[in-house]
Amino acid sequence: MSEIFGVPVQALMGQLTIGLVNGCFYALLSLGLAVIFGMLNIVNFAHGALYMVGAFFSWMLLNYAGVNYWYSLILAPLGVAAIGVVIERTMLKWLYQLDHLYGLLLTFGLALVTEGVFRHYYGSSGQPYDLPEVFRGPIDLGFMMLPKYRAWVVVASLLVCFATWYVIEKTKLGAYLRAGTENPKLVQAFGINVPLMITLTYAFGVGLAGFAGVMAAPVYLVAPTMGSSIIIVVFAVVVIGGMGSIMGSIVTGLGLGLIEGLTKVYYPEASTTVVFVIMAIVLMVRPAGLFGKEK
Amino acid sequence: MNKTTMFYGAMLVVALVAPFVGYPLFLMKLLCFALFACAFNLLIGFTGLLSFGHAMFFGSAAYACAHAAKVWGWTPEVAILFGTACSAVIGAIVGTLAVRRQGIYFAMITLALSQMIYFFCVQAPFTYAEDGIQSVPRNKLLGLIDLKSDLHMYFFVLAIFVGGFALIHRIIHSPFGQVLKSIRENEARALSLGYDVDRYKLVAFILSAGLAGMAGATKTLALGLATLTDVTWQMSGEVVLMTLLGGMGTIVGPVVGAGVIVAMQNYLSGFGSWVTIIMGATFVVCVLAFRRGIVGEFEYRILKRRNGGH
Repeated sequence: MSEIFGVPVQALMGQLTIGLVNGCFYALLSLGLAVIFGMLNIVNFAHGALYMVGAFFSWMLLNYAGVNYWYSLILAPLGVAAIGVVIERTMLKWLYQLDHLYGLLLTFGLALVTEGVFRHYYGSSGQPYDLPEVFRGPIDLGFMMLPKYRAWVVVASLLVCFATWYVIEKTKLGAYLRAGTENPKLVQAFGINVPLMITLTYAFGVGLAGFAGVMAAPVYLVAPTMGSSIIIVVFAVVVIGGMGSIMGSIVTGLGLGLIEGLTKVYYPEASTTVVFVIMAIVLMVRPAGLFGKEK
Repeated sequence: MNKTTMFYGAMLVVALVAPFVGYPLFLMKLLCFALFACAFNLLIGFTGLLSFGHAMFFGSAAYACAHAAKVWGWTPEVAILFGTACSAVIGAIVGTLAVRRQGIYFAMITLALSQMIYFFCVQAPFTYAEDGIQSVPRNKLLGLIDLKSDLHMYFFVLAIFVGGFALIHRIIHSPFGQVLKSIRENEARALSLGYDVDRYKLVAFILSAGLAGMAGATKTLALGLATLTDVTWQMSGEVVLMTLLGGMGTIVGPVVGAGVIVAMQNYLSGFGSWVTIIMGATFVVCVLAFRRGIVGEFEYRILKRRNGGH
């Protein structure tokens, strides 16, 4: 069997695909954070918790209602988006005139409540989500065996990411959104319902988190802590990439996932910290982030 | 004697009598967290920097102090100083990186770096991972006074708290503190007046980190253990909540906030995840309806009545 730097190709490729799958989740989550931050000027700490809620929704749909994976891929993100609408309408909208920090503190509180509630009812240990029939088993690529579900996660996440990029950068709706980010008052004067747009933006952003949660449910155990452990890494991703650019979030997310995978192969002790180390280096070399522009 | 001096004097009397009425262990925990929150408030309340990773200073000093006291057998005052120094050094490194970005990014950077310290503590051999460093000896103060008795230890902790609090009070009311406040109010203007803003922020950060470390190290000796809980992001969140609840930017607010939260955790400790839920809900309520905090609201009311009387 062939080896690369003393590691069998199969093991290396296995870790790289896991890294890529993680990278997809980072990309989806940091994309949602960037969209929300652009419009609401709020860093959504509850993003991880809502990702966890998405995973739990799909688990509940399967185990309590017998709704299969494909329907929950639509229904669970919609459910999370609905929660997002409630959060924005009842709480966040009172904070736009205040310091950004209050948005972070409020969503942090929401994250604590959400995680606490799920831990109360489901305990700390995770629930397994059965893989749908279609995705069981691997695809033989010749040089490696690629599990079907991992391939699906990568393809589907990339599609959603690029669709989001396309809508925001290339369509009329996206143009309104970008204009609203720059100057909400002026856009409102043109007769566009900015408060509605803000609500929908938040709902869409957390909907993406819910979508990532559904995708993640069969990969990891569905556990109340899954949100808080990923959100801090995603924050580091956001600091590295800068929240100014949609494409930047996607590329940084995927890239860091891959680097994490590689670290797991060559220096496993550092695999949990490598993203933070990269963040520190980026801060020293390019404080505004790789794709960011300092305001 | 003015009112402020009288107030602090009365508080000191209460603190001196307290261990004869209440549980010394509980009171020591309260004092340590109060100092921790005061140190944190130096940043958020007086410099306008939200650090979301203060547990890394609290926790790493706790580990350093526990190691010094247990493995090296150092006396408590030296062990605490060692812990404080360690967290100040980490504060210098983290601060240098974090002051390069403003506002919300500052919070995310400190959170991410504290998570890095957390993972380091999970893996490092001297922290004993999940078990933590347990039954840390208190040893003899200056090699003379045995601190085994909780009452002796309480007065030692009280002395440290009073020292730390006085230092923070002094910093806030010094010219240096005035510059920090001007940075909080308008960073661009402070910069245009010729102040090296990043330098001031960094010094404030290191001071806050060192004092947070002092609180963590003292807690370790008082309760006899240093565990992973001390370095988690939940701990960072707790200190934010204490300060927010008590009143950001007030001097005694963090002490009040710490008292409320520590007491709540004590009484609700049997309810498991409800503690998290209640803390989260307190966050939400504070941000939406009670941004001045307990002490801040109190001061605001008094000020309003005074102005109304004229």
